[in-house]
Amino acid sequence: MRFGVVVFPGTWSDRDCGWVIDQVLGAELQYLWHKDADLKGCDCVILPGGFAYGDYLRTGAIARFAPVMEKVSEFADRGGLVWGICNGFQVLCEAGLLPGALIRNASLEYRCQWTNLVVERTDLAFTSQCAEREVLSIPIGHGEGNYFADPATLSRLEQRGQVVMRYCDSGGRVTNNANPNGSTHNIAGIVNARGNVLGMMPHPERCSEAELGGTDGLKLFRSVAASAMQVLVS
Amino acid sequence: MVDERRLREVALTPEEYRAIVEELKRAPNEVELGMLGVLWSEHCSYKSSKALLRRLPSTGSAVIQGPGENAGAVNIGEGWAAVFKIESHNHPSAIEPYQGAATGVGGIIRDVIAMGARPIALLDSLRFGPQPASSHHVEGVVAGIGGYGNCIGIPTVGGEVYFDDCYANNPLVNAMCVGLVRVDRLMRARAEGTGNSLMLVGADTGRDGIHGASFASLELDETSSERRPAVQVGNPFLEKCLLEACMDLAHTDAVVAIQDLGAAGLTSSVAECAARVNGAGARIDVARVPRRERGMSPYHVMLSESQERMLVVVERGREAEVEAIFEAWDLTSAVIGHVTDDGHLTVVDGSAPVARLPISLLTDGAPPRRLVGVAAEQPPGLDIDALPPLVDPGASLLRLLASPNLSSRRGIFRRYDHMVGDATVIPPGGDAAMLRVKGTRLGLAVTTDCNSRYCHLDPHLGAQLAVAEAARNIIATGAHPLAVTDCLNFANPDRPEVYWEMEETIAGLAHACRALDVPVVSGNVSLYNDSSGTSAIYPTPVVGMVGLIDDYAKRLGAGLRAEGDFVLLIGSSHNDLGGSEYLKVEHDVVAGRPPALDLARERAIHRLVLAAADNGLLHSAHDCAEGGMLVALAECCLLGGIGVRCPAIRPEAPLRMDAAFFGESPSRFIVSLPSRAMPELQSLARRHHVEISLLGLAGGETIEFEGQFRLALADIRQAWEGDIF
Repeated sequence: MRFGVVVFPGTWSDRDCGWVIDQVLGAELQYLWHKDADLKGCDCVILPGGFAYGDYLRTGAIARFAPVMEKVSEFADRGGLVWGICNGFQVLCEAGLLPGALIRNASLEYRCQWTNLVVERTDLAFTSQCAEREVLSIPIGHGEGNYFADPATLSRLEQRGQVVMRYCDSGGRVTNNANPNGSTHNIAGIVNARGNVLGMMPHPERCSEAELGGTDGLKLFRSVAASAMQVLVS
Repeated sequence: MVDERRLREVALTPEEYRAIVEELKRAPNEVELGMLGVLWSEHCSYKSSKALLRRLPSTGSAVIQGPGENAGAVNIGEGWAAVFKIESHNHPSAIEPYQGAATGVGGIIRDVIAMGARPIALLDSLRFGPQPASSHHVEGVVAGIGGYGNCIGIPTVGGEVYFDDCYANNPLVNAMCVGLVRVDRLMRARAEGTGNSLMLVGADTGRDGIHGASFASLELDETSSERRPAVQVGNPFLEKCLLEACMDLAHTDAVVAIQDLGAAGLTSSVAECAARVNGAGARIDVARVPRRERGMSPYHVMLSESQERMLVVVERGREAEVEAIFEAWDLTSAVIGHVTDDGHLTVVDGSAPVARLPISLLTDGAPPRRLVGVAAEQPPGLDIDALPPLVDPGASLLRLLASPNLSSRRGIFRRYDHMVGDATVIPPGGDAAMLRVKGTRLGLAVTTDCNSRYCHLDPHLGAQLAVAEAARNIIATGAHPLAVTDCLNFANPDRPEVYWEMEETIAGLAHACRALDVPVVSGNVSLYNDSSGTSAIYPTPVVGMVGLIDDYAKRLGAGLRAEGDFVLLIGSSHNDLGGSEYLKVEHDVVAGRPPALDLARERAIHRLVLAAADNGLLHSAHDCAEGGMLVALAECCLLGGIGVRCPAIRPEAPLRMDAAFFGESPSRFIVSLPSRAMPELQSLARRHHVEISLLGLAGGETIEFEGQFRLALADIRQAWEGDIF
């Protein structure tokens, strides 16, 4: 299993994702430079967190034009696994690989805190190691993570089961109080219709070791790794 | 002789001007005058504080770089060095809070990068006037710190925020950065090697921030807002690219040195780099400096404080290698001159001469100011017997926890990314934060501390208490203190009582740092923190401290961990109400003497807590500080989400009830441990001659002192977390 981690100028979760993949998961790691239009044979491409190109215009608005993104789109079209985390989710929305947009948090402030997420799909490569409606504890760190989509898009997402995780309380109840950023329908992560492109605001790479406060993030990394094994076996 | 008006513009005195003419044996030209003005400013030259700063201990077995470089460095073992420094950005933050704070963060990060280290943590020590009048300062500064730190991807893990009338017009913003570098990769900003190239990298040079250093060396007045152009604008994205490119420089050995461009821009960075090498000089061609705008004169180029720039000294002939590294990050780099051996800074504009000054005159020529200190008027005494007795400790606790100086800081630190880097093993909110050193078991504990009310009441003692409390913050995590970086904030030293405060403060710091064996490896002095003579800040010597634990698995948090644990007070309590939060909040009095401090005793208690932590006896440890025992105990409960049940406190005379609950005697900790560990702790305590006393048992969802008060943890949390921020 080879994970590719894209590095835009201004990306900072690249090293954290790399650390988890290489040091915790023990999988193969390949950094992918934004100027290189080459995914170097990766099985899963991660678009990590950060402020790509400074995000001074609009989050992800410039990153979508990077040479590497053309290859990421092609890869996604072929069914390759693409995983956008935080800024990566924003880039995927800007690139049109996922619907909707991430706007400023309802509080108008940056939020770095732990959140609870209820997992609504476990049939995906990204979540196969999670239990049905499992509540994961994963931190967020963003100023613009407020998921927004027009009503038609929202109902399509809901009908097709494309909402993968929602902010919830520790008991799994999806409440206003548990919503850290004002996201519509408490949406924390969505997947495309085909199920191979996931975008999520929370940071699984920040909670893959007990000393960092929890290991729920590792379940997602392990899911991806296991999905590759399945492909090999089948 | 230039006119006085021009001298005032460059913040030089007529005496200083005469010294310049005497040394040069000619009058300086306009550019030279500007260059000398910024480098001789208090901010750059330390002309009022230099003599005092020499008193601070700066050596120790772990120290590998003391003061005089971009940052200090200590050896933490396994081939790693911790690099750190704290610096003020008070004046810019007073005028333009967001950019002032943001560029303060950006500047301190570059200091750490210049040492070849990767920054791993930021801390911010903040002081504001009372809310709500200060809210535009608070909001701007917090947003600016977050705006810069969050974007660049360095976790902001700690610091402090205090409110007091004395900061109403002069908020303090002190930013600290900690980095890691392999010991054999530690860089020094020395312009070695005649003929080596000087490369300017990063942002283009604009007209922003001209005379920022001089501005920082004046009192604020009603015209200060007109100096807004002297405040720079930060670009954290650019600095992120600069950071990564500088880290990539480690792949080449073509780089001799890296130097941050901070206050006084190109002038100071080139002069300082050259000054560190005997006889070295530099020749700069301003025509080769990439510019942001047209029409800039050599004066502008030499004095610009445009952010996100670095000076790199490169081996002659290898410039292309370095250029390629910066090019990969889409950063501009330009060779703007070279190292010489003539001991002068020569500036040309193409073929036209612009300036030529001896390096030693620039960096060391400012005549030390001989200031006289006169003891300040003794602050009001405290007649403790006249205080009304404590009526309801529970009600007092709620009021104290809801007060601006003691309430939860979560509203602030949740706006800072404190997790990026995957290294934060103790998050903000407790005593010290801790970062693991990836690839090892080492943990670095980091904190800042200063109770300036104590320093106001007794600067000598207050400074010692600041060092002791910073050390207790470190000890409470199970780490041992390694070294200090200090940010010394004072009012106008021309006033004899302020200079006296400086003398006393620095003497106190020196005494405590020696006694606790924590050398001062870097720091910064910020003077003139007063406004038109009306309000002066309390002396505020912020102590940034770094500590080390050999295995972070042994780290301790402040919060209670298990129901049924014994909760103990380590150390003894006295009638220490002078300068306390209790006195301020409950009686609206700032008076008396700060608590007495016995540094030998302090050390004994540190040894006991560290031994207990190292032996795995403890489940938690928390420093008793502002608000005293009961506030500390409540914090243990709130952070752990576990209540406590205690027998009534019956203090033995002469100890008063209010002092037992809320007195601020130093050298105390609250610890929790399983009952089975008690015998071993008791014998350790006897061996270290330290008093320990059982407060109660952890458990439940209330804090109760039998027959005295009982409060639900939820209500206490409500008071503590309130909505101050």
